[in-house]
Amino acid sequence: MTELATPSRPQRPEFRNINAFKDLPTYRWPLASIVSGMHRVSGLIMFLLLPFIIWLFDTSVSSEYSYARFSAAFGTGLGLLPGWFIKLVALALIWAYLHHLTAGLRHLRMDITHAVSKEAGRHSAIVTLVLSLGLTAVLGAKLFALY
Amino acid sequence: MAVNYGSKRLVVGAHYGLRDWLAQRVTAALMVLFTLIVLVKVLATRGPLGYEGWAGIFAPQWMKALTFAVIVALIWHVWVGMREIWMDYIKPVWLRLSLQVFTLVWLVGCAGWAIQVLWRL
Repeated sequence: MTELATPSRPQRPEFRNINAFKDLPTYRWPLASIVSGMHRVSGLIMFLLLPFIIWLFDTSVSSEYSYARFSAAFGTGLGLLPGWFIKLVALALIWAYLHHLTAGLRHLRMDITHAVSKEAGRHSAIVTLVLSLGLTAVLGAKLFALY
Repeated sequence: MAVNYGSKRLVVGAHYGLRDWLAQRVTAALMVLFTLIVLVKVLATRGPLGYEGWAGIFAPQWMKALTFAVIVALIWHVWVGMREIWMDYIKPVWLRLSLQVFTLVWLVGCAGWAIQVLWRL
């Protein structure tokens, strides 16, 4: 350990007992870590919205009547929630699913090919972001009836 | 049985790491396959999808069986992932244990609902 402390090495910041307000703003977020963080966030979103996802499945397949309720949720709304809000939640789910899927495929590819260099990681992170955000834009535009 | 004494004695870990790692990937691959099958069936529908077309996708017995397997894979996958999040960010043991128990109850409850929907079709 003494070698590490010799003055010839540049002093690096050392993080212990990370303080969210003091330390996190100084963290560097390379693209690969953004993709990784978003993988967690998207998974958490889908976990919390799981009952809503199953409600969508339930009403959309159970009967013609429930299918009508399913469709109406995106138009007139659901209970106190207006239709545009349901659409926003659906958009969040679309993004979460697409990001989790593409970032997950990136992980599988890394496991199979062992392509884990810094540069390859950055490159695949860019591909992941472009694919997931691009597909979210395409499906989101359809959801909000832009085409 | 593997040697577990003397210098070869295992002193660390619960040794579920590899199992969880592999389960995470196998369940993910199954869900990708399921997504592709549903997507192909949706795209293969002629004209507007509507209720008949959409519900028809889940009607065959093999599709119900596959969807059932995917629901089980899903909650297993989510359990591994959510436990990882709680272990990384939640330090007080009582709170972490409470959240882990909540996660299990939430997942099993959701799976029950989804499976009920599936076999009512």
